[in-house]
Amino acid sequence: MLEGNGINIMSVLKRIFKSNAGVRAPHYKNTAESETLVMPPPERVIISMQQHIGAPCIPTVKVGDIVEVGQVVGDSDKPVSAPIHSGVSGKVAAITELVLPGGVKTSAVVIQTDGEQRVYQEIKPPAVENYQDFLKAVRSSGLVGLGGAGFPTHIKLNPPNPEAIDTLIINAAECEPYITADYRECIENTGDILDGIQAVMKYLNISKAIIGVERNKPAAISKLSKAAAEVSEPGREVAVKVLPSRYPQGAEKVLIYSCTGRMVPPGKLPSDVGCIVMNVTSVSFLAKYLRTGMPLVDKRLTVDGSAVKEPKNVRVIVGTPVHDVLEFCGGVKSEVRKLIMGGPMMGLAMMDDQLPVLKQNNAILAFAEEDVLPGGQSACIRCGRCVRACPMNLLPPSIEAALKIKDTEKMAKLGVMNCMECGCCSFSCPASRKLVQSMRLAKGELRKAQAAKKA
Amino acid sequence: MENRLVVSSSPHLHSGVSTREIMLDVLIALSPAAVASVLLFGWRAAAVILVCVASCMASEYLSAIVLKRPQTVGDLSAVVTGVLLAFNLPATIPFWQAAIGSVAAIVVVKQMFGGIGHNFVNPALIGRIVMMASFPSDMNNWVTPLQGRMVDGLASATPLESMAQGEMAYSYQQLLVGIRPGSLGETCIIALLLGGAYLVVRRVISPAIPLVYIGTVFILTWIAGENPLIHVLSGGLVLGAVFMATDYATSPINTAGKVVYAIGCGLLTVLIRIYGSLAEGVSFAIVIMNVLVPLIERATRPLPFGEERRFAIWQKK
Repeated sequence: MLEGNGINIMSVLKRIFKSNAGVRAPHYKNTAESETLVMPPPERVIISMQQHIGAPCIPTVKVGDIVEVGQVVGDSDKPVSAPIHSGVSGKVAAITELVLPGGVKTSAVVIQTDGEQRVYQEIKPPAVENYQDFLKAVRSSGLVGLGGAGFPTHIKLNPPNPEAIDTLIINAAECEPYITADYRECIENTGDILDGIQAVMKYLNISKAIIGVERNKPAAISKLSKAAAEVSEPGREVAVKVLPSRYPQGAEKVLIYSCTGRMVPPGKLPSDVGCIVMNVTSVSFLAKYLRTGMPLVDKRLTVDGSAVKEPKNVRVIVGTPVHDVLEFCGGVKSEVRKLIMGGPMMGLAMMDDQLPVLKQNNAILAFAEEDVLPGGQSACIRCGRCVRACPMNLLPPSIEAALKIKDTEKMAKLGVMNCMECGCCSFSCPASRKLVQSMRLAKGELRKAQAAKKA
Repeated sequence: MENRLVVSSSPHLHSGVSTREIMLDVLIALSPAAVASVLLFGWRAAAVILVCVASCMASEYLSAIVLKRPQTVGDLSAVVTGVLLAFNLPATIPFWQAAIGSVAAIVVVKQMFGGIGHNFVNPALIGRIVMMASFPSDMNNWVTPLQGRMVDGLASATPLESMAQGEMAYSYQQLLVGIRPGSLGETCIIALLLGGAYLVVRRVISPAIPLVYIGTVFILTWIAGENPLIHVLSGGLVLGAVFMATDYATSPINTAGKVVYAIGCGLLTVLIRIYGSLAEGVSFAIVIMNVLVPLIERATRPLPFGEERRFAIWQKK
């Protein structure tokens, strides 16, 4: 399927004239050599019931319950969701409400830890015989896309057309500046990554796996290549693809294009072009889960930024308040004026340092005054830098103009729904226009208009 | 801890490139030609540039106050317009006329249509066209360079004018260095190309417009049986192709549109030069194509990633 054996003139022209999609964002991989430190359990954890894309979980524990490490504390009967587990042993102190960065309201289970870290008795390696068992195991592991999106993995691994999937792409690009969490996974847990890849290939019957890594991580490339060569066999091939260090190399559609040359059409999924994309830490966790049965209760975070005293990589229990994580990294050396969950290009600014770490987080960045971008914007000079940068070939200024007059038809025609909010347009705008914000608003307007049309 | 966290939309990083920095790059790119103009035409070239820059900046500053707009004189775009307008004038132009051209460029063309980024035609070119219509004799008072006393200099015909009469008065070397009558900034081709190369290297402009524009003129004049090299090296073609046709606000934003636009500029330039009553057609060609930019952009809109054009020659099945 999709094996084009001719030359598509348009795509060749596109490559010549737009080889520069994306931006040369600075790397700032300051913590690349920082080996992961394990942070001890905090005094209390706040476990959000929304740590994934899809239906929120309902708490399955009550105030006063005693919980142990690995025990389910939230679950949902909706198909697109993933169970949530406690990473500590202790007593449920409260069930509260939480406003997550980005404005989503959700309930949360607050657990007072007892410091004993007793493991829940039912934790044992799952029995997996076939594809269905495998999917069930993936669901009970609580795994979601750990690259940041948080899409439930058991849904991703259950595409409508499993027989058409021929390539598994492992995202180890880690194109966001500052973040080195996935890089450390490649260096520290190379074996788990390959084990996880082999498990997915086996149960989904996929013949080829490609690990995409940006060129600026030579140590990861050599380690992964060596390990991949050892496990590769005919019919189960694992290869490492070295990618240019250009943001947003790790964006799903960009990554599929760089690794296979296939283009996911607007509104379609990777499975429509025969691919499944998984984050490298996700696939590595999967191997660990199949071996131990311990669900997703902790996460490696890169803690960095100009206000952090000792930037480093830390393994943190899900639900730990951000404030405690910063304290573990030596505290702050100047007033924090911007606190970001995730990378600087797509991460969300937080309004409170008491918010907890979520499963899909991979970085906490704390910045001092001088690194906070000034507000304000000037007129668009039509220089076209955003158009050149957009990996989705969109025209941000035209969409902005359509938004101004609320012309939803025009927004749809301009393909605003393809925007993944990677931030390249705003990053490169000399007039500092808030283009990503406009794209988000335009998408909202368009969704509203389409919903009204249906009703 | 007192909570003073700034919450804003991603991205939280910026490339650091600003409008002012881009305009500064354009000014750096214009400086070799400015130096050349002073060497070729004497102190009066510098004076004309200064008058145009000063009156453009004053117009920008005052109109922002009158129109109650944020002050934009600091972004240096008015300086660029001033230098470009001066480059399009003969070195002998009376200062008060240069000032009127500057006011027309900034107030009428730029500010009245909404300020930077909103002008639909190139301000400097309209300034020049207004002056051509208002002061035709002064605007055609060309002098031969390197004569020392410019104001009393010997009035002479430009290479395009003499070519229209069937003579060829200048060697290629003279044309490259700029030893020929003409607007003060257009003659020294080497200096202009140097500036253009700087802009391309700094990624301020895409090379698409200058290359396609000059290429089109070369090919069409060659087909028409004229000397294509003379056509490229004389008149305002290189100045226009590198610095005027590439104006952000008045050229298409996407590459395919840039190519169509530049072909149009080249075609119109050649038509005016060969069949028109004017010897030079670059200004009018660019202004006409400026007006067509919205249509070109609509026709050449890029498709979102992954969407195939329906007329794709080879469609994957």
